[in-house]
Amino acid sequence: MSEQVINIEIDGQPIKARKGEMIMQAADREGIYIPRFCYHDKLSVAANCRMCLIEAEKSPKPLPACATPVTEGMKIYTRSVKALAAQRASMEFLLINHPLDCPICDQGGECELQDLAMGYGRDIARFAEKKRVIKDENIGPLISTFMTRCIYCTRCVRFGQEIAGIQELGDTGRGERSRIGTYIGRSVDHELSGNVIDLCPVGALNSKPFKMHGRGWEMTQTESISPHDCIGSNLYGHVLRGELMRVVPKANQDVNENWISDRDRFSYTGIASNERLLNPMIKKDGAWLTADWETALTAAAGALREAHGDAGVLASPSSTVEELYLLQKLARSLGIHSIDTRLRQADFRDDEFEPVYPWLGVSLAEIEAQDSVLVIGSNARKEVPLLAHRLRKAALRGAAVMFLNPRHYEFLHPVAAEITAASGDLPDTLAAILKAALGRKSAPTHLKDVLKSQEVDDQHRKVAEHLLKGERKSILLGHLAQQHPRYADLRSLAAALADITGARLGYVPQGANTPGAWLAGAVPHRLPGGRKAPLKGLDANGMFAEARRKYLLMGIEPEFDCWNSSAAMHALHDAEAVVMITPFVSERMKQYATVLLPGATFAETSGSYVNAEGRWQSFSGMTQPLGESRPGWKILRVLGNFCGAAGFDYSSSEEVLKEVKAATEGVNPDTVFKGSRIVTAGEKPKGYQRIAEVPLYSTDMLVRRAAPLQQTRDADNRWLRLSPADAKKLGVAEGEQLSADDGLASVELPVLVDASVAPGDVFLAAGIPETAAFGAFHMQLQLAKPE
Amino acid sequence: MATTPVSTLSKHVRQVIDEALKKYPEGRQRSAVFDALREVQHENHGYLTVELMDAVAAYLKLEPIKIYEVASFYSMFETKPVGRHSISVCTNISCMLRGADEILAHIEKKLGIKLGESTPDGRIYLKREEECLAACAGAPMMMVDHKYYENLTPDGIDRILEDLK
Repeated sequence: MSEQVINIEIDGQPIKARKGEMIMQAADREGIYIPRFCYHDKLSVAANCRMCLIEAEKSPKPLPACATPVTEGMKIYTRSVKALAAQRASMEFLLINHPLDCPICDQGGECELQDLAMGYGRDIARFAEKKRVIKDENIGPLISTFMTRCIYCTRCVRFGQEIAGIQELGDTGRGERSRIGTYIGRSVDHELSGNVIDLCPVGALNSKPFKMHGRGWEMTQTESISPHDCIGSNLYGHVLRGELMRVVPKANQDVNENWISDRDRFSYTGIASNERLLNPMIKKDGAWLTADWETALTAAAGALREAHGDAGVLASPSSTVEELYLLQKLARSLGIHSIDTRLRQADFRDDEFEPVYPWLGVSLAEIEAQDSVLVIGSNARKEVPLLAHRLRKAALRGAAVMFLNPRHYEFLHPVAAEITAASGDLPDTLAAILKAALGRKSAPTHLKDVLKSQEVDDQHRKVAEHLLKGERKSILLGHLAQQHPRYADLRSLAAALADITGARLGYVPQGANTPGAWLAGAVPHRLPGGRKAPLKGLDANGMFAEARRKYLLMGIEPEFDCWNSSAAMHALHDAEAVVMITPFVSERMKQYATVLLPGATFAETSGSYVNAEGRWQSFSGMTQPLGESRPGWKILRVLGNFCGAAGFDYSSSEEVLKEVKAATEGVNPDTVFKGSRIVTAGEKPKGYQRIAEVPLYSTDMLVRRAAPLQQTRDADNRWLRLSPADAKKLGVAEGEQLSADDGLASVELPVLVDASVAPGDVFLAAGIPETAAFGAFHMQLQLAKPE
Repeated sequence: MATTPVSTLSKHVRQVIDEALKKYPEGRQRSAVFDALREVQHENHGYLTVELMDAVAAYLKLEPIKIYEVASFYSMFETKPVGRHSISVCTNISCMLRGADEILAHIEKKLGIKLGESTPDGRIYLKREEECLAACAGAPMMMVDHKYYENLTPDGIDRILEDLK
């Protein structure tokens, strides 16, 4: 659009407008409200509701403000007799088929149609004929439909086409028989699909879990931050009688724009799970007893003090900055140096070369403006849905978005290059891309040997060319790369590639607060503010490989959250004490825990997160913690007192935050990571190799207990994903059962044949009950047909 | 995306689609949906199934809903099984003035079915609500399969119906 400024007049008020923009845009900017249903500033113009008709001088007929460009000297009247008559007529048409069921409609009280009908509707309908009725479809566990209320604004249809990138809802039939739906009654599965609930101006598409649970005007609204991924989506929580009833997005164009992922929107349904831990509990002679806080804290403090440093401390990377700061302060004051939040990482060889904290390297908004992006090891859509959305916007703008992955993942945008390689070959493939980028330049000395043996093909060259062109370039290491057994090699090669091409190296942090965890010092090799720890403890994997006497776990279930769940289970079962600060408890956790301290969920605590771009965002609690549970920072503060640690006299989480801020003052993330010089010649793994993906709705404790999310298609992950060659060799067809054995556990699961999987690789999800007994994310498997 | 294999489509249909695609710029394969559906419907006894529409979607690399939208909008496409021969009686203004309503009533009585229904033997489908077919000079008129019959009389209609096997 041209930036040329022209003068127009709306309702007698002279205003400046950009040439070519629509009247609606100019009016919105000036705060002049024109009624609308189909117009939305994030979607294309449809001009089908006709509610925004206005009068313009020299135009004999009313014009739709959303689809009429401004012109120099234009005089617009939004409230003139003619404009109002046109708007009233539009409203009368819209109400012909709209049911008068506002009293039983979930949208009642927050309905755009209801609001405007108050102003424009007639008190008596002239239309005496029958209203058309539409049979509802079941479009899945998240969105309820009541399509008789639909006014065909097509916002939901355009959302699918333009924002999600896949059209799942459409307008079928015609005339009076036209309807919005899937036509075949299938579920709507996109990871951002819940946003159509907000977009729908009437009560046709509503939140299914919230159905009939409350009215807009009864609830109080509190701001919060999503605890599920590194975007730090801004949320509003709506609370009724002390209960969080629903979560909606708070628009923040720099962070989540107008959207939130379904994970952010519906995870609240897990808060009151029947696995919620409501009282402190201690295990005595193998039996669980409910205890008061003092007894439980005394037991916990005793266990930790007696460890004499021989303990492991692990916390969720979605814990708040305040919690993580107190956790490491407590641990270190007790001489415990093994503290970590990198639960799903296995390769820590290059710890010392790490930046102050892992982050994207650019802001979220800048992702959109990149010329080329190479994403290494990431199913972006299912790892961080709104990051994938930014990548999609970049690709639609013309950026070369490229992927290097162990198998094909579906991306809903043009992909400039997609290289899939066996998981074990990912470092070599990255080396080949590096070799292609080097061209005639000589390789860095530490990489000479590794690069010598690489064969460069056209695909490698294509990726290299895209990265060499252009100004703004990014290389991102995704979750699959971070979980790779040779992560240090991948990072070293990626850093070298970034160096050669002038790209920025970035990370897709896990959880909501990995950058915050690093800044708070919740890693074994760094103190708060990124200072080097004088005494480096064991990392997340090491503290199970070398079993500790005692453990303190915060906000995690190691069987689902750790890289090597079976090693974790063995170490925890054998430990003398396992103190857990946790909002939830399962029967499995009760087997290894010894003290259970009920923690609060994100909805019940104040705190701060640092997102993938290094943005600090603080939030307050939306509700009181359930039962006897308490916010994590309060538990840790009192536990600190019980342990006799100094400096644990905080009266608010803000005080803790102030201390963290002081410790991190002036700390800036490195913009260019040099990477280590670690590169090992890769040994090709033998036999079938398990590769664990963490599914979208298995990432953390709360999500795993959100029932509606667990009913979605994305939650169905009981599959052994094999190459066609291996399926043939094993004599199994898709859907048939196969037994997988890692020497520790054996499980029978159905087979899914995927042509993009390399022979020898077997994808088997982590974070789901079926594989909880299994060992590491990457390990050798025996596969056989069941007896 | 569509899961039905494109192999559900006959070689001929695929040729027709490929031919149609040549008429449109790359990335505008949506424009070929109409040609594709017409041919698929023709080969499938005059109606479309979800499976066939999914196959067209897969072949054109479009979301299936985009095909359903087209198929359900246009009156030329049938999405439920219908009789072998399709009869469309024009009831628009010229034909109406020339007695289309009586013609229609005669056909309904003769076949024992109402508009939108097929005869139980699967021989004839009486299409619902056909609009002006641009043959006003020969009103009243009807279209049988793809052929126009004009200046209709009850006797003439009986002969036409008898000829439909």
